[in-house]
Amino acid sequence: MESKDNSFVIAVYVDNKYGVLTRVTSMFTRRGFNIDSLTVGVTESPEYSRITISMSGDGYAKAQMLNQLRKLFNVKKVEVLEETDAVQRELILVKIKNDPEEHQRVLSALDIFKAQIIDYSVDALCVEVTGAPAKIDAFIEMVRPLGIIELCRTGIVALQKGGKNMLESPDVN
Amino acid sequence: MKMKGAQIVIETLIELGVTDVFGYPGGQVLDIYDALYTNSDRISHHITAHEQGAAHAADGYSRATGKVGVCFATSGPGATNLVTGIATAMLDSVPMVAITGNVAQAMIGRDSFQEIDITGITLPITKHNYFIHDVNKLADKIREAFRIARSGRPGPVLIDIPKDIQTAIGEYEPKPVADPFPLPEPDPVKINRAIELINSKKRVYIHVGGGVIGSKTYGLVTELADKLDAVIGCSLMGLSAIPTDHPRFLGMQGMHGHYASSMASNEADLIIAVGTRFSDRATGNKQKFAKNSDIIHIDLDFAEINKNIQASVGISGNIETTLKAILAGVDKAERPEWIARVAGLRAREAAAVPEMTELNPYLVMDVINKTVDGDTVIATDVGQHQMWAAQYINFKKPRKMISSGGLGTMGFGMGAAIGACVGSGDKTVLITGDGSFGMNLNELCTAVSMDIPLTIVIMDNGVLGMVRQWQTLFYKKHYSSTTLERKTDFVKLAEAFGAKGVMTKTPEEFKAAFEEAYASGGVTVIDCMIDKDEFVLPMLPPGGAIDDMITVKGE
Repeated sequence: MESKDNSFVIAVYVDNKYGVLTRVTSMFTRRGFNIDSLTVGVTESPEYSRITISMSGDGYAKAQMLNQLRKLFNVKKVEVLEETDAVQRELILVKIKNDPEEHQRVLSALDIFKAQIIDYSVDALCVEVTGAPAKIDAFIEMVRPLGIIELCRTGIVALQKGGKNMLESPDVN
Repeated sequence: MKMKGAQIVIETLIELGVTDVFGYPGGQVLDIYDALYTNSDRISHHITAHEQGAAHAADGYSRATGKVGVCFATSGPGATNLVTGIATAMLDSVPMVAITGNVAQAMIGRDSFQEIDITGITLPITKHNYFIHDVNKLADKIREAFRIARSGRPGPVLIDIPKDIQTAIGEYEPKPVADPFPLPEPDPVKINRAIELINSKKRVYIHVGGGVIGSKTYGLVTELADKLDAVIGCSLMGLSAIPTDHPRFLGMQGMHGHYASSMASNEADLIIAVGTRFSDRATGNKQKFAKNSDIIHIDLDFAEINKNIQASVGISGNIETTLKAILAGVDKAERPEWIARVAGLRAREAAAVPEMTELNPYLVMDVINKTVDGDTVIATDVGQHQMWAAQYINFKKPRKMISSGGLGTMGFGMGAAIGACVGSGDKTVLITGDGSFGMNLNELCTAVSMDIPLTIVIMDNGVLGMVRQWQTLFYKKHYSSTTLERKTDFVKLAEAFGAKGVMTKTPEEFKAAFEEAYASGGVTVIDCMIDKDEFVLPMLPPGGAIDDMITVKGE
């Protein structure tokens, strides 16, 4: 998952109800949107879930995505989170080969990225890194030569900077 | 008060003003049908031959009345048979509520007999849908479904009710009918930009879509046209919004649009599009559409602005207040050069009036025009006959043209005509083709049982005419699977169903048969023999623009 020049992040408040995620993703298929990552989880309010979508596309695709999301009955709020105006984080778990001869290289990579070893076994190290998507990309490239057995990436979660609540603010896009 | 879920369904429908339901019973809606039985004095159920017919009937009922059409079906195949009808309503923004039964919740997910995930199947073809988990929320969910179906840009909503919810005892309290959700109001800044743009233009063309019928703004549109000295055209869905004989009305534009209407839209320096989504059938090649003009796009649905066509000014929200504000703000103007130019285009169109010495599509439409009154509903199926009807039928009042535009559903006509006839209470004429009629002719039994005033004109050319036309023009006359030449005797078939059947081969025969059928007040099938090589003209070839218009056969 390379970050592309025309990629952007959309945050969506939806009703915290049965089947709502399916309604949103079904719309992506119907309208031909291709997304890079999608996360969903609880919010400050038990009534709503928050979906964070990362996708690439031109201005037309972005506008279409916002419009079509806003048309769904269970969607309450949609906003583009501009990189300059928002904090973005991803978490990654990577299982790396445990080769004693490479220990020093592994440890220095983990140190640079403030990664933590969360499981140690004779044949593998499982490490955790949190950070902005670009940092995660860089970490993967750094440890790839050491032998990645498996990796699992959460996708982006993001919040706007500053004191306002997105749900209570007027649409800006 | 406490009652069974099935009874709650019927009470809530009656509370919402529903008088007619189209449907078909089955195992998982037995309880709902039992409640219909005990309430038959308060709500009418019309059984169709097939659930698809019920869905189209609910759709036709809605198109003819503006009310929410309602259909019922059982689980599994009953529900899947509704799918084409629901999709047809979705593509044409028709308010409709489909209620399906499903197996009991304890049986869900086990591939039980006649179990299907109909909420999953209909996700992309409904405005919203529900699976009911709680009998105490049933009434409110039905109310919400109706509210969604008729609010804003209308559309179909499906409610799937498992068997155990129908039999469970729940709470029902009557409530007043909620108003639709309030319409978003237009942005005054954009209205002002539209007004400035209009005042600076010399050749104004107003393009009317189905949203003008939905928002009942036909009067405002003609008023605006008068004030601006503009001309009016429309999409297929916009037909009947403006009376065909209105002096400023040029008819449908687009792939099979009127010559003058399509040409004028191409020569205009401003197109004001109202309540339309710029379907590819209306625009032809989008890159070449309206190259010479600015576009003011007015639509209720914000998502339609800049979706298909980039507008110079896009105004989303309440169409009525938008038009009123524009009407109040623009300068009254005379644009005599433009009107003269359009008159020239119309004269060229009028000079090409087709011959009517033999039984051909133009003569058929002419006879229908001269026989029916302004209240008559004209329903169509899909194909050449639909385009001939769109081009040549004279509409006098809104909601009198019932046709599947967006989805282009062959087989729509029979169910839709029945629903429209029930809804309007007026005489109804179905113009169909032998191909389309063959798809859902089983609904003839429904029309006969209901004893409705329905005249069915089959434009019978023995071929799938529209596809054949494309094969003639673009596929080297390879008539692959379009030559039907079936042995079906439509007269005997009509009689077998209990209807009257007439075969007509000459203008005199057709005129006599149609006048008699229309006056009879019963169901008549007129098998109207036409030539298989009649073309629908003008035509924009696929991917073509106005400059590529085919106006003469053999060009």
